Amino acid sequence: MSLLKLEKVTKQYGSLTTVNEVSFSLEAGQRVALLGHNGAGKTTLMRMMLGLTTITSGHIDILDTVPGDSQARRQTGYLPENVAFHGALTGREQLRHFARLKSVPVTMADDLLHRVGLNDAADRRIRTYSKGMRQRIGLAQALIGQPKLVLLDEPTSGLDPVSRHEFYEIVHELAGEGTAVLLSSHALSELETSTDRIIILSQGRLVANNDLASLRRNARLPVRLNVTATANTADQIAAELGGQRVNCSSVELTCQQDEKVALLGQITRLGEAVKDVNVIPVSLEELYRHYSKSTPEDQ
Amino acid sequence: MSIINVARIELLIARRNMWVATSVLMMAVFSLVLTLAGGAPTGSVGVSPLTVAATSITTLSVYLVPLVALLLSFDAISGEAERGTLALSLSYPLSRAEILIGKFLAHFLVLGFAVGVGLILSGLLVVWQTGNADMSFFPLIRLFATSLALGSAFLGLGYLVSSLVRQPGVASGAAIAIWLVAVVLYDLVLLGALVSDGGGVFTKTFFPWLLVANPADAFRLLNMPDVLVPELTSGISNAGLVSGFAGQLTSLLLWPVLALLLAWAAFRRVEP
Repeated sequence: MSLLKLEKVTKQYGSLTTVNEVSFSLEAGQRVALLGHNGAGKTTLMRMMLGLTTITSGHIDILDTVPGDSQARRQTGYLPENVAFHGALTGREQLRHFARLKSVPVTMADDLLHRVGLNDAADRRIRTYSKGMRQRIGLAQALIGQPKLVLLDEPTSGLDPVSRHEFYEIVHELAGEGTAVLLSSHALSELETSTDRIIILSQGRLVANNDLASLRRNARLPVRLNVTATANTADQIAAELGGQRVNCSSVELTCQQDEKVALLGQITRLGEAVKDVNVIPVSLEELYRHYSKSTPEDQ
Repeated sequence: MSIINVARIELLIARRNMWVATSVLMMAVFSLVLTLAGGAPTGSVGVSPLTVAATSITTLSVYLVPLVALLLSFDAISGEAERGTLALSLSYPLSRAEILIGKFLAHFLVLGFAVGVGLILSGLLVVWQTGNADMSFFPLIRLFATSLALGSAFLGLGYLVSSLVRQPGVASGAAIAIWLVAVVLYDLVLLGALVSDGGGVFTKTFFPWLLVANPADAFRLLNMPDVLVPELTSGISNAGLVSGFAGQLTSLLLWPVLALLLAWAAFRRVEP
């Protein structure tokens, strides 16, 4: 049974369609990334799931009920994009307030402060917090009450690389406990290892919904190989392998995923002439650009 | 239970709010100053010094209480909508009515504190001045209760504006406009009409009801004892008699209910 199921969900503001017939589902323990440029409909989609805005057409089933139902709200964690907590409160006061709203013991708020690494700053006013610390408060409140489903809207914006890493560790732990996590992001590179599935939205339409390996396979984008020559052999290598010489000592080659091993063999046979080989797989950025341009039928 | 939680966090925020501290201080200082100043010329009039103090404080409260109430409430919805915490609150198991009532409860208590401190200090000052604690404190109690009703009406209007206008900046402007119209311009316009009418149909039929329809004027009439009315507000005294105590009380009690219901209706339509 899916925790979250969307069927042909559409949102229109007047004549503007921000979300267009989007369907997907989310199972327990899954970490799913929602990708899309600004205005692609990620935030609107999350707001519809939470019942914060109405659905123009289609249907959303969240935790066996409808969006906005208090039973669903009790078991859902949400981190809005750019939320600014009241600066006059301390982190602990703010988090304990949210714990009370979810009817869980306030000691849970203290535990969560510890978990997101805010223990030392817990009794300082939020006004004095850095952007990253505010984002941690936001994450901590989304985890209150062991939610079955967590929706995070741009959770890593404003976080430094170390904090991002810690953030994805928490997401990983959550998924391990059976929580389904849906997060939206523009920061593509960090999603490579930290999500089970990627959903790409483009102009309100769902253009891809698959795990990363399948997305790579289906896109049939070329893999790049960078070959470094030992000495003055770059031209020879370029001629031999049909690549493009990029500077005096290296050559760039491209091939499809399934031709890669054969090409590597060919390079190895060149022996002494080759100093080094780098295989550059298709990046998430390239995939994202590829699918953003495509129509839903291409996937 | 959620109502209590919302009220608790709002009180915590109010405790650290500069506006609230300023309001409490302002009300206390003005109450004391008016009590001191009002006491001087009444020695032989035969009116209780407490009545004089309450009357002086009434003339001030009619401006200050609505102002403080609007300052507390204009940001309640629009501010949270702008900061994104409204969307967050509504993703919790919490209804809009609970949010509104919780905020109202907190702001009502803050207002009660601000008004109460000033009145208690005034009462103590009068007792100390006269050396006599055996008097009726009814004028002060009446002033306290009616101030809360007046304040509640303007809290409700503040929430209404805050729900209708998305930007806190615009909401604050609208709140000041409401204050200006309700407690200053309304009376001026009525007075102008009264003068130009020269005792005609308007003065006798419409004026008393128009006057009492404004909660600020109903508040003023309720707190002006009949003994002092002729001296202080000669034009208004007759009007007060026509609408009567019941009319004034109805207006003052109906406004908070009406304003809060309107605020709730507007808040329900706010998309966070």
